[in-house]
Amino acid sequence: MSLSRRTFLGWLGAAGITAAGSKANAATTQHFEGYPDAKAVLHDTTLCIGCRRCEAACNTVNNLPPPEKPFTDLSVLDHSRRTTSKTYTVVNRRAGNGDGPVFVKKQCNHCLEPACASVCFVKALTKTPEGAVVYDASVCVGCRYCMIACPFEIPTYEYDSAYSPRVMKCTMCHPRVLEGKLPGCVEACPTEALVFGRRDDLLKIARQRIARRPDKYEDHIYGEREMGGTDWLYLAGVPFDTIGMRTDLGVTPAPELTAGALGAVPMVVGIWPVLLTGIYAMSKRKEKIAAQEKKKAVAEALAEADEEATAKLNDSLEKAKQEKAAAIDKAVKEALEAEAKARAEAAAARAEPAPPDEDDENA
Amino acid sequence: MSENKAAIGKPIFSLFNIIAGAILLMGGILTILRFTQGLDAVTNLSDYNPWGIWIGFDLLVGVALAAGGFVTSAAVYIFGMKHYHAAVRPAILTGFLGYALVVVALHYDVGRPWRLPYPFIMQRGTTSLLFEVAACVALYLTVLFIEFSPAALEWLGLKRARAIVVKLTILLTIFGVVLSTLHQSSLGALFLIAPSKLHPLWYSPYLPIYFFVTAVIAGLSMVIFESTLSHRFFSHKMDAAHLAEKDTLPLGFGKAAAFVLAGYFIIKVIGISVGNTWHYLATGYGAWYLVELLGFVALPAFLYAVGVRDKNVILIRWTAAWTVLGIVVNRFNICLVAFNWHLPAGERYFPSWMEIGISVFIVTLGIVIYRFIVTRMPVLYEHPDYETH
Repeated sequence: MSLSRRTFLGWLGAAGITAAGSKANAATTQHFEGYPDAKAVLHDTTLCIGCRRCEAACNTVNNLPPPEKPFTDLSVLDHSRRTTSKTYTVVNRRAGNGDGPVFVKKQCNHCLEPACASVCFVKALTKTPEGAVVYDASVCVGCRYCMIACPFEIPTYEYDSAYSPRVMKCTMCHPRVLEGKLPGCVEACPTEALVFGRRDDLLKIARQRIARRPDKYEDHIYGEREMGGTDWLYLAGVPFDTIGMRTDLGVTPAPELTAGALGAVPMVVGIWPVLLTGIYAMSKRKEKIAAQEKKKAVAEALAEADEEATAKLNDSLEKAKQEKAAAIDKAVKEALEAEAKARAEAAAARAEPAPPDEDDENA
Repeated sequence: MSENKAAIGKPIFSLFNIIAGAILLMGGILTILRFTQGLDAVTNLSDYNPWGIWIGFDLLVGVALAAGGFVTSAAVYIFGMKHYHAAVRPAILTGFLGYALVVVALHYDVGRPWRLPYPFIMQRGTTSLLFEVAACVALYLTVLFIEFSPAALEWLGLKRARAIVVKLTILLTIFGVVLSTLHQSSLGALFLIAPSKLHPLWYSPYLPIYFFVTAVIAGLSMVIFESTLSHRFFSHKMDAAHLAEKDTLPLGFGKAAAFVLAGYFIIKVIGISVGNTWHYLATGYGAWYLVELLGFVALPAFLYAVGVRDKNVILIRWTAAWTVLGIVVNRFNICLVAFNWHLPAGERYFPSWMEIGISVFIVTLGIVIYRFIVTRMPVLYEHPDYETH
């Protein structure tokens, strides 16, 4: 009863957050402390015996296809395995630091701010207030960017399906948790290497275990801060990088890695057109000025040429006039001279009569 | 013009047609295989390697090499380099075909291609850079289609529609540059989410800037490269303006490419300094990084500069081809070679022959469609009935 009341209050809280329009969602670029009351699992690797019962339970509750080798066959532990589209979780045997093998369970870590959800361009992956990162196959396009983004290499894909391939990964048994049940793997664990509860409570338990047995535990809770924190927490007796867990991931939540690039988008949209229009205006103005200058130069050249031509024309007209006048003068002069000559000849003819008269008549 | 003559003069079973036909046939068979049997039947993709050459080559290289459209139209219409006007239409056409084929290729890669519009119509994952890429590519494909439409409208003789589109030229060009800036850089920003998987030499907070700058380099080099091929194979289709460009275009674009490559070299070195990844240069990956940085960035910058100084158009043309290859190397390095570098060799990805086959098929499809269009529409010549816009 108390659990259902808490669940109810959780829903109420979540509804309130949504109704208030608060943007405290996972997988955005705002700082996110994690959902209050989010559930988590503490995996104490020092307690794990590698029995694979968690794998068997996971297979059953999620209706996954039967395995090639039965879950009781522990020879599969001879090789390092990863999650596949038919296996949400695997247990690996690691050498550790020599004091016997260390068994480590691998599944989705259900990040507080999941890389997969932040990169999904159709929001098929979401972080629930209960802690699970869940997947909605009904909208998934199958771009597989979530698989690129996941730093823990968890999501897998049904490459063998032609018409309805899905991304496959651990759901933290979200439907079971909503019903008030434990995740399949936690329920099946015979050694309490897996403990389910509120994340805050589990962190306290983990710190207590480290404080009580500092000789037994590494002083680090894997998942408390990795990639901004995860809802799957790990304790180990050996350094985490010796049991196949990456310790170089840093504490930055994944969405922050792309926040800068996303933030630049509205700036480009806003300022680029202004800049480009400015450049266009400048080149246009340059062109206009060049055209004007050209026009002006042409006009000036034309005017100059015109003037020159007029001057030349006037010159030649004047010259022609003068030449004409000279020609007239010359012609008049010649005519006068000719007349004078004629008169003189006539006068001479009158003085000696006979032969010239004959000549005249002949002419 | 010489359309009919060319059609009559060329036999149906020319060498080009036989090879292209064989590739298209193979592509058709692989397409059926892909869509009936699933990704597993044709690809080497795995849970560790969800992105193969269909993303590395078809998407990343395809989009970068299609940048010639926005680079050329910006140079001519915004920066006022009118003397390269004849280069705009072929560049817009290759840009449009490039983006169209990227979208075709994505249908092969994604699991459920019929859902590609879902990010817009179902739920918008706006925190994803892939959403930005998808939105910009969809919008830019539309812009390129409208920008190219005058050629098709002239071919069809629709004068009024053409006049309307031509009036939008500047608006479309600016819109195109904005969209290109966004999605070219976002393709690089896709990898910002995975610092734990991409080798530190290639991972940089400047990835989006690197991708944008290399897209400009790719655009400039592709225009030179394509004009070389066009002058060789389609010169009978060209008018005087195009023929005159044969040498001036490589000189102008080569000069720009030399400058941008030099700038890119500098910001790459700054990136190494900021990330303080110098010590990785002494490793095997470092040697390969130096091949990329010196062989495909510094060397072409130098060769372009020498070619422009000596007016050596042949050198510029070879440098353009080399630079295009350099873009392929860069995108492959980021998406495939340096990605998942931490994994043991057995878990690494190498494409299957069928993946390569589909990529070759899509490139061939592009060449065939380009050939179909330039032999019919006024791309390499100006339509006599229309004024230059």
